[in-house]
Amino acid sequence: MPVRKIVIEKPALTPFNVVAGIIVVVGLVITVIRFTQGLGATTNLSDYNPWGIWIGFDLLVGVALAAGGYVTSAACYIFGLKRFHSAVRPAILTGFLGYALVVLALHYDVGRPWRLPYPFIVQSGTTSLLFEVAACVALYLTVLFIEFTPAALEWLGLKRARSIVVKLTLVLTIFGVVLSTLHQSSLGALFLIAPSKLHPLWYSPYLALYFFVSSIVAGLSMVIFEGSLAHKHFHDKMDAEHLREADGVALSFAKAASWVLAGYFIMKVIGIAQTNAWGHLGSGYGLWFLVEMVGFVMLPCYFYAIGAREKNLTIIRRTAVWTVLGIVVNRFNVGLIAFNYHLPSSERYFPHWMEIGISVFVVTIGILAYKFIVTHMPILYAHPDYDAH
Amino acid sequence: MSISRRRFLGWLGAAGVGTTLGRSAHAAGNTHFAGHPDALGVLFDATRCIGCRKCEEACNRVNELPAPPKPFSDLAVLERPRRTDAKTYTVVNRYENVPGAKGPLYRKIQCNHCLEPACASACFVSAFAKNPNGAVTYDESVCVGCRYCMIACPFEIPTYEYDKAFTPRVMKCTFCQPRLVKGQLPGCVEICPAEALTFGQRRNLLKIARERIGLFPDRYIDHIYGETEMGGTAWLTISGVPFRDLGMREDLGTTPAPELTKGALSVVPVVAAMWPVLLTGVYAINQRRDKIAREEKAAAVAAAVAQAQAEAKAKLTEAMAKAEKDKKAAIDKEVKKALEEAAKAQPSAAAPAAAPEKKPS
Repeated sequence: MPVRKIVIEKPALTPFNVVAGIIVVVGLVITVIRFTQGLGATTNLSDYNPWGIWIGFDLLVGVALAAGGYVTSAACYIFGLKRFHSAVRPAILTGFLGYALVVLALHYDVGRPWRLPYPFIVQSGTTSLLFEVAACVALYLTVLFIEFTPAALEWLGLKRARSIVVKLTLVLTIFGVVLSTLHQSSLGALFLIAPSKLHPLWYSPYLALYFFVSSIVAGLSMVIFEGSLAHKHFHDKMDAEHLREADGVALSFAKAASWVLAGYFIMKVIGIAQTNAWGHLGSGYGLWFLVEMVGFVMLPCYFYAIGAREKNLTIIRRTAVWTVLGIVVNRFNVGLIAFNYHLPSSERYFPHWMEIGISVFVVTIGILAYKFIVTHMPILYAHPDYDAH
Repeated sequence: MSISRRRFLGWLGAAGVGTTLGRSAHAAGNTHFAGHPDALGVLFDATRCIGCRKCEEACNRVNELPAPPKPFSDLAVLERPRRTDAKTYTVVNRYENVPGAKGPLYRKIQCNHCLEPACASACFVSAFAKNPNGAVTYDESVCVGCRYCMIACPFEIPTYEYDKAFTPRVMKCTFCQPRLVKGQLPGCVEICPAEALTFGQRRNLLKIARERIGLFPDRYIDHIYGETEMGGTAWLTISGVPFRDLGMREDLGTTPAPELTKGALSVVPVVAAMWPVLLTGVYAINQRRDKIAREEKAAAVAAAVAQAQAEAKAKLTEAMAKAEKDKKAAIDKEVKKALEEAAKAQPSAAAPAAAPEKKPS
């Protein structure tokens, strides 16, 4: 294969690079403070509020929004929707980056990050849902890494290794769906143990199911959202197949997301009926719950349906952003806003600016890594030397 | 014996509640864990506590915790509600103007040492242990610092050393386990000057509590807090006012924490076993559907080709036949023409042509 010419350019001072550079520098400074001064110096965590946005956003939202990988690869390889093939690689890449960043962010959050492998190598607490989350996230990160390697191996020109990995596609996809089902749902189930702390409108025996089903919506919406961003910024990297299929992917995913959101809405209503939490709807929390349910579930469901029927990509792309915001709202509600609802406002949590700084830093690293990879590896186009798998 | 309507309804209600309780307690199997036999506990009698903070002082001393900014003799700290923190395993709070109480009331807060602790159930490295003597202890040597125990604890007891960068620990009351194993009393129990704390086997403490409530029904609420809350706790509380007036939650229910997550955990093997089978099946069905579609397409193409070929052949045969016919017609025509021409030449050439026939033999 031809030797690729590597041109090393001085990074241009574009607004993007300047902002990203500042965020990275600030992030590194906070990192130093976090690991030399401890959690107390960098967070607003307290004995009442042991989990802040490093769990509520980086873990709960991060994992949900990285669901595009398993949703797309399952649709393409298991359900045989071959016309989504060109969407698989970008989705796997963003899934892999998402999970890698979740694990990175966890290093900031836990007290002794160098002990993160302890549940697997020192002592296991198998009665803990967090053990299930940890085990599945660790395994799934590995699966996503292997699923991602064909692109890297094509870039490096390692044909033999690539052909071995490609043969594993189906097994890896099924394993990925199993692991995703388990940990997406157990992130919700984490809160089952605290019925006295989570507001009754959000606490439900179905929490695990809610998190799993909404992760499908999150995955579908993120694929649409990332697709529209990639079209804007990396259009020149896309090959004919990708460009031909992209609109079809967005339309089909919008239709699927609309159906799943409708099912999710019904499940939530059944959940309220099951715990008989109707009486809480009249309270302030009830109003906020209705905002979430109507504003971030029902309306996106409706607009996805309209977008799919009218074949209107603008509506679909906007609804995708809206739905992603809805996932953020839901995870924040369960993890932070409706959690500890019984405490007086003086004991409630609001993130320290350094916590927000690290979350922004982590997202920025993800965007930079994505940018590097799609400009160097065959993600948005098929490598001419290899057959599709 | 006559049964009053009230009593009958009471039995009916008890039977109904009994069946539902029985079902949920045995849902996991046919065993019901009611605590380790002979496990120890402490009974806190809120009617006796005088808020002297001696227990806080003793706790601080025996556990070698850092000295607080204000001395323990300073009762002004009681003006604000406090909670356990990384330097304090137990606190006493004061509750003013409680309806039905003559003066201020006090409550001691510390780990309740649940029979089935939420912290132990939630810990993903099993750093917490429920000891047979009743104490819930913590092993910092494996703790990762995820703080899920603090999320899980319904009594909001575990705390974290947020200010330590390298060796942060979860901090909570140990029931003075190191003293218990030496045969000593917990620090707070030993020092209490008002006998508000009674130490002993939990089952005996329940009897003592019932006796006190029975002897002085006007002085106590008829409930032992911790007998059934969250499946039961080693530390028990009795009070003269509703427990919520002492800042204690009355909505915790009687379900032990592990029961709350049991359902979600039991789904794991189902998903791990069923998903691969189902998904492989879906894959296989799709592969087969594709294969059949391919075969049908191939068959349709073959049929179409065959038909086209047959039609072409028929056409060809027809054309050939026609050509043959034309050719024959042309030949006939030529023959006929030749004959006609020959016939025209007859008058001159017929005689000599016929002459040889008439040759004499």
